[in-house]
Amino acid sequence: MKKSTWINIGFQVGALVLALLITTLLLLAAGAPPFKAYESILSGAFGSSNDLASILISWSPLLLTTAGVLITFSAGLWNIGVEGQMVLGSIFATWMLRLLQDTNLPPALIIILGIVFGMIGGALWAALAGALKTFGGVNEIFGGLGLNFVATALTIYLVFGPWKRPGVGSMSGTQPFDQKLWLPTLSNTGLSLWALGASILVVIIIYFLLRGTYFGLRLKAVGKNIKAAFLLGIPTWQYSMFAFLLCGAFVGLAGAIQVTAVYHRLLPNISNGYGFLGLLVAMLINYQAIWVLPIAFFFAALNVGGIQLQIVYKMDSSFANVLQDLLVLFVLLGQGVRERFLRKA
Amino acid sequence: MNIELRHIHKHFGKVHANDDIVLNIPSGTIQGILGENGAGKSTLMKVLSGFIQADGGDILLDGKSVVIKSPADAIRYGIGMLHQDPLDFPPMRLLDNFLLGRSGGLFPDRMTVAHDIHELAVQFDFSLDPEAYVDGLTVGERQQLEILRLLWLGARVLILDEPTTGISASQKDKLFATLRKLAAQGMTIIFVSHKLEDVEVLCHKVAVLTAGKLVGEASAPFNAKKLVEMMFGKEIPLGARHSPKPGAKVLQLHDLAVEDIRLHLANINLEVNAGEVIGVAGMEGSGQGTFIRACAGLMRPVNGHVLVNHHDLTGRSYHVFKRNGVSFMPASRMEEGLVQGLTLAEHFVLAEETQGVFIDGDKGRKLAEDRIKSFNIRGTPVSTVESLSGGNQQRALLALLRSPLSLILLEHPTRGLDIESTIYIWSKLKERCQQGTAILFISSDLEEILQYSDRVLVFFSGKVTLPLDVTSLTTAKLGELIGGMGWTKSTSGRAE
Amino acid sequence: MDTILIGLAGVLAAAAPVLFAVIGETITERAGIINLSLNGTVILSAMGGFAVAYVTGNLLLGFLFGMLIGAFIAFIVAFGSITLHQSQVAVGFVLALAGRDLAYFLGVPYMNTPGPTLPTWSIPVLKDIPILGPLFFRLDIVTYLSYVVIILAWLWIFRTRSGLMLQGIGERPAAAFVRGANVNRLRYIYTVIGGAFVGLAGPAYTLNVKAGWMGTQTGLDGIGWIALAIVIFGGWNPLRAAFGAYLFSLLEWLGLVLQPSLPGIPSQVLQVAPFPLMILTLLLVNIGDAEWVQRWLASMPEGTRRVVAKILRAMRASPPAGLGVPFESE
Repeated sequence: MKKSTWINIGFQVGALVLALLITTLLLLAAGAPPFKAYESILSGAFGSSNDLASILISWSPLLLTTAGVLITFSAGLWNIGVEGQMVLGSIFATWMLRLLQDTNLPPALIIILGIVFGMIGGALWAALAGALKTFGGVNEIFGGLGLNFVATALTIYLVFGPWKRPGVGSMSGTQPFDQKLWLPTLSNTGLSLWALGASILVVIIIYFLLRGTYFGLRLKAVGKNIKAAFLLGIPTWQYSMFAFLLCGAFVGLAGAIQVTAVYHRLLPNISNGYGFLGLLVAMLINYQAIWVLPIAFFFAALNVGGIQLQIVYKMDSSFANVLQDLLVLFVLLGQGVRERFLRKA
Repeated sequence: MNIELRHIHKHFGKVHANDDIVLNIPSGTIQGILGENGAGKSTLMKVLSGFIQADGGDILLDGKSVVIKSPADAIRYGIGMLHQDPLDFPPMRLLDNFLLGRSGGLFPDRMTVAHDIHELAVQFDFSLDPEAYVDGLTVGERQQLEILRLLWLGARVLILDEPTTGISASQKDKLFATLRKLAAQGMTIIFVSHKLEDVEVLCHKVAVLTAGKLVGEASAPFNAKKLVEMMFGKEIPLGARHSPKPGAKVLQLHDLAVEDIRLHLANINLEVNAGEVIGVAGMEGSGQGTFIRACAGLMRPVNGHVLVNHHDLTGRSYHVFKRNGVSFMPASRMEEGLVQGLTLAEHFVLAEETQGVFIDGDKGRKLAEDRIKSFNIRGTPVSTVESLSGGNQQRALLALLRSPLSLILLEHPTRGLDIESTIYIWSKLKERCQQGTAILFISSDLEEILQYSDRVLVFFSGKVTLPLDVTSLTTAKLGELIGGMGWTKSTSGRAE
Repeated sequence: MDTILIGLAGVLAAAAPVLFAVIGETITERAGIINLSLNGTVILSAMGGFAVAYVTGNLLLGFLFGMLIGAFIAFIVAFGSITLHQSQVAVGFVLALAGRDLAYFLGVPYMNTPGPTLPTWSIPVLKDIPILGPLFFRLDIVTYLSYVVIILAWLWIFRTRSGLMLQGIGERPAAAFVRGANVNRLRYIYTVIGGAFVGLAGPAYTLNVKAGWMGTQTGLDGIGWIALAIVIFGGWNPLRAAFGAYLFSLLEWLGLVLQPSLPGIPSQVLQVAPFPLMILTLLLVNIGDAEWVQRWLASMPEGTRRVVAKILRAMRASPPAGLGVPFESE
């Protein structure tokens, strides 16, 4: 392998080591024995088949959000609005399901319509952020953030208002859908192979889209140099908007899956941070689509393992998140160090 | 303050921007510095004002050798520079602009400073309101403010870089009166310009730079022809010309008017035939950039019409122009022309009409190989564009153009390139002309303009000449026009 | 009447954390740096400040520790962007998440335990002014500090020499450089100072407004993002930003108060009202720059064009022109 590849790997490993170092210190500060804690995370993640199923359930939405933001990153956009887009996917899916649940349509059709509608919802919300940016000059970071909050408020309004459970509205969400409207899952693990399969398929689609199509190439040009891309004849604002739409659709799919396969209802915070986590994974893999599957799996495993940590050592489950955050931070800073290091060399 | 520049050298990579400059400027002199774009004037002034450090040589102020490490240093020595775009703070008030950077206590005495501004302004017959915002001022007024500020800080040397671009005639008169007054008080003034008339009228002495060297000096009264000769060099023998057959009208401009922040160009009329080459001459900032972008649809004209192949495309976007056979090549290769991070093959693929959804790697590679061969680009299909040299980047840009085209618009096509690349690029362009493509190109290089154009447009300060037949031009005449001299009603078709 | 005054006084106190964050970030952004980590910084400093105050029993130490956390995180943002040339958005965003997660993780031992809180300290004489007294002057020292900070920040930025330079380095670093400023060093300094103020926001909440650390139920999640929006709403001016902060707190309070009378609409809806407002503001403020507007402008007759251009320019509350753009002295 070339020297530069070795240096690259060296820096990534270094970032991981540094992150683990800090988290070890944190564990000590929190009063937990570090090695036992890591062990516990591993056993929590891989100890039983139920755990594996949990990882896969978690993997699915993360794959979708990561793959989705890879599209917007490719177009040079910071689509912080992913959380809201996922929520709108859930809302639209719930809406369609509620609309059709009492009709005589075959359940499979209803579920499919719900999912499609969810994708539309996510795409629309993303398009809103895109339009604000393209036509209104509103930075997509603030547009996205604002819309995230509005999406959350919308959810709460629906859950406590028009869609509330009979009686009193509660944080546990809307009335769960009848079992026939549940996306079929594997025995009692709660894992939907349909969802998993779809997510992996989407990642593969996006990989080929970005690498192997003219669309992907043009998108890349727009992201790297919008002026030159325009002079080359690429309709730049259309491509930007399309990137938002596409990302929104896939992220909306994740939201729809959360409703049909996991929670079977709409509840507040249904996006559960998967949007932001997708951004983190994308940053970590330096926007190289080929790494989505393994790294997202790693992050999902950390999430599940972290729960074990909570049970055994009474640690907050956010430990896994801390590790994830620090890893990305050190990789980012490491990139900077490496660039200065290489410049001097 | 007396200034002595002794054997100043400055390199930027391989370019010898300042080559052994020796110049004496006594106190109370208004020293003009003349030269084409790229002659080294800006570099020299940046050295003197502390923006950059010379590689070799000495600067003496009043006989003492000094080292000027930064602009702040320069001010401390009493050297103040007025930039072409004054380095001020537009959203802030005049008073704050004045104060910023001046050391002192925590709470500046605003009243005193306002008073000072007022006093100074009166001295020079400026009317400036300390409470007004800078972004509401005209360029001329911003200059006035900056001059006052530099005086207030105790400058004894004032360097002005192209100060008369974009200011009104009355503001110019006021500026000159101010400068004469200051010179009479012992201030040393350095006046960098390309405008011959201004230099003739104002300066006591003139130094001419060409290609980094100081080629000549002169004192008032000046011989304009001699100055032009020093700036632009000897006459160039023109090669055999073949006059293009009047063919289809590829581009027509009717009463075109375009506008940008500084200039307003109006009443431009032009008809370009197939296969013709129109050279656009003039110093930077005279309006050519805006003009050529309007011809490409990148800027929307405020008046008039643009017709391509007899279709009225006024106000349409660049992509519509492109579909009608127009292509624009920007001057800044990496900023606007090429995408950093993408390979040559990827660029060629992007420039073509593509078929299908999936990238045909083999087709792309073959396309790249073909283009690389026919344009003699030193690179492979997988080379990223930033790894190519300037000359090869320009060839790549050229290779991106589709065939056939009606009109190619080029901004400084051979700027910064070696002779070999220049000749090669022009040979390719001439090939296009044979096929009927018309070319409109901007250049600061008189040789290039005279050598390759069939007709020439000269821009000066927002005015443009009628298209001049190249056979009627000499280097001297062209130089004069670029410098703003020799314009008559018949040259521009408008009253002066 | 009294209950209203007490309620409004509560709004003023509740606004203090937001104010500190907003003023701090205004300073940082005026210098030209975007510190996107606010959400994480506030939550982490809230937990850390509370923890230190709880353990030592000393409120002042708690506040100081919070400021330290704020300064430290801001330093990482500055380092990542100025020295390491990485994207300010990327580094800030990761820190926003990291700060929050760290706080939840490390804060477990301090959850739901009562800790020290700021005592009320009514200012003698001022407290007895009719209406204004009960409103402004019967609160605690940190809220009084927030009043002072607004005014001091405004005075400093717009009336002192160094404040002027702050504006300069954010607005046009090249011009500031020519006037002798070490732009990047100043950017480091002001980012850290701004961060320290943001770090004050956290303890101002957990040691005063809603005492104690309650993990995810503390109610601070999102406040950093809101503060970022208010900075823009405030046009990078402390006074206008303060208005935005008070408006926000008022809307939150109104949400709580009106809740019983509007059973259909949960309080959260009113709470997010600032966001559509913020988006609208951003829209109006930037619309003049959009390309379609420029083309439309060019198509207007001369007279109309001048008038419309003037209106668009007046609406602009643009950020410091150098915001987010790295500065390299050639």
